[in-house]
Amino acid sequence: MKPTSIRSVILASSVGTLIEWYDFYIFGSLATVIASQFFPKTNPTAALLSTLATFAAGFIVRPFGALVFGRLGDLIGRKYTFLLTLIIMGGSTFAIGLIPSYDRIGVFAPIIILLLRLLQGLALGGEYGGAATYVAEHSPANRRGYFTSWIQTTATLGLFLSLGIILITRHSLDSDLSKSISKFNDWGWRIPFLVSIVLVGISIYIRLKMKESPLFAKLKDEGKTSVNPLKESFAHRSNLKMVLLALFGATMGQGVVWYTGQFYAQSFIENVCKIDFEQSRTILIWAILFATPFFVVFGKWSDKVGRKWIMLTGMFLAIITYRPLFDQLLSISDTTNKKEFVTRKEINTKITPLENTGNSLRTVTSIRHYKEGIKLIEVKTDTLYSQPGKATLKTDIKTSKLLNDENYRWMILIVFVMILYVTMVYGPIAAFLVELFPTKIRYTSMSLPYHIGNGVFGGLTPFIATLLTTIYTGDKLVGLYYPIIIAAVCLVIGVLYVSNKIDPDVNN
Amino acid sequence: MNTIKRFAGIFWIVLGPLAIFYLIKTAAEEIAKKPVIDTKIQWIVFVVIFVPIAIGLMIFGWYAFKGEYDHLPESSKEI
Repeated sequence: MKPTSIRSVILASSVGTLIEWYDFYIFGSLATVIASQFFPKTNPTAALLSTLATFAAGFIVRPFGALVFGRLGDLIGRKYTFLLTLIIMGGSTFAIGLIPSYDRIGVFAPIIILLLRLLQGLALGGEYGGAATYVAEHSPANRRGYFTSWIQTTATLGLFLSLGIILITRHSLDSDLSKSISKFNDWGWRIPFLVSIVLVGISIYIRLKMKESPLFAKLKDEGKTSVNPLKESFAHRSNLKMVLLALFGATMGQGVVWYTGQFYAQSFIENVCKIDFEQSRTILIWAILFATPFFVVFGKWSDKVGRKWIMLTGMFLAIITYRPLFDQLLSISDTTNKKEFVTRKEINTKITPLENTGNSLRTVTSIRHYKEGIKLIEVKTDTLYSQPGKATLKTDIKTSKLLNDENYRWMILIVFVMILYVTMVYGPIAAFLVELFPTKIRYTSMSLPYHIGNGVFGGLTPFIATLLTTIYTGDKLVGLYYPIIIAAVCLVIGVLYVSNKIDPDVNN
Repeated sequence: MNTIKRFAGIFWIVLGPLAIFYLIKTAAEEIAKKPVIDTKIQWIVFVVIFVPIAIGLMIFGWYAFKGEYDHLPESSKEI
């Protein structure tokens, strides 16, 4: 295949996949705002949990999307199937941006949100396998890892794009930052969802110009396509054993390493280390920016040395270093043993009258400065009632910390290292999965283990890890045992059973 | 190496039921501790999702024990 043609194939596949990931991530990144808009406000924790559950639902339906669209992809072709997933994803995302809030339409709001989120999960389940298969089936054997690694960058770049657009929108709605943030939380959060339709339109235009995968087209011409891809993939022992091997020996560990490095790390920095909203996101943005090229580096390297040991080394490094790395994040942000400049402490009190009630909202902001350059900002909010003797039962206290440049850079470096592990386990995996299965059932067979590994094991990582910290409250790092144990089991299975041999011929 | 693969298969077969037992036990304890709808939904989702995966692990272990992974297919003709 000509270099320009393969570049078009990679571009068409990657741009669409990138946009699908963007669509999928903005929901997760805006979980708190969405909770306040679409779920009852009486119990904020319940509202947030509901959103997280919806988030999880988005991941849990992914394996079903893999089955539905994988089957279609093996029956009618790769091109039209991953075009369909793109349309479903784009339409659902755009629709989320248009739904009236809970205040306006009541319980219909969260129900519609949940349904659209499920559609997003289904579409994502069908997209990746199609894109990876499509690129791999256009690639020469000696460059399959390199070419498919571009598809692997899209998941991380989709997160990068979603965080970037959210931050830009948050800052652009008013010249006064606090007013801009307030407008964003009120209605501006819809913009990132609505923007998606433009991106999807461009991507559909690019994909429509592409031709069907040559290997699938050849099979179809010869009348050798599968009649029942689901049965051939999962009811035949010889193929089922490879599906199970792909799941337990590769994608399960890869999924938890990915979601720990990118999502749990960010959640940990924001919620456990209490780092400021924007700093916690820009730390991730910088780390992603520096680490993303390594997807291609490891994908290309895997063409020379095989896929197995690169992926398993990434898992091994994650297992042995997660606790020290997260411990370091904690110690950078911990202020208990740090020296405070007591004389520089600032306290500001603001009282805002509440319309038509006679009551007022009191906001007390205190800023503490520490020798190591950390600023601890505590905002206490309570209501001052006009009625004598009535007082706020529980003051709302929000704490955030601002890091100085040196500590900020340290955190970027630590997250970069974690994302480097992600590039090791994820860069070569598309080529690895493609080579495990025959053309006629490849889309179905590779999509399911990928989405159970990533959607279920990986996608639930932030949720389960946070849950563990609420059960075992004595250890702030206890949540890491989930990814560590899953990755360790996967590492052992991978070492014992997975082959390092690169299949020279996927044309069958 | 093939002997190790086969004996490790027994471990994967045993690990499946152990994981299911631990999952259901934790789910029951957590639901009893906090019997609200959020807790119930959350743990039911975990059980429904992870039990089939644990059964998959047992099947994987059985295949390993029977020597299915002694030789991996090198072309689609073997699949």
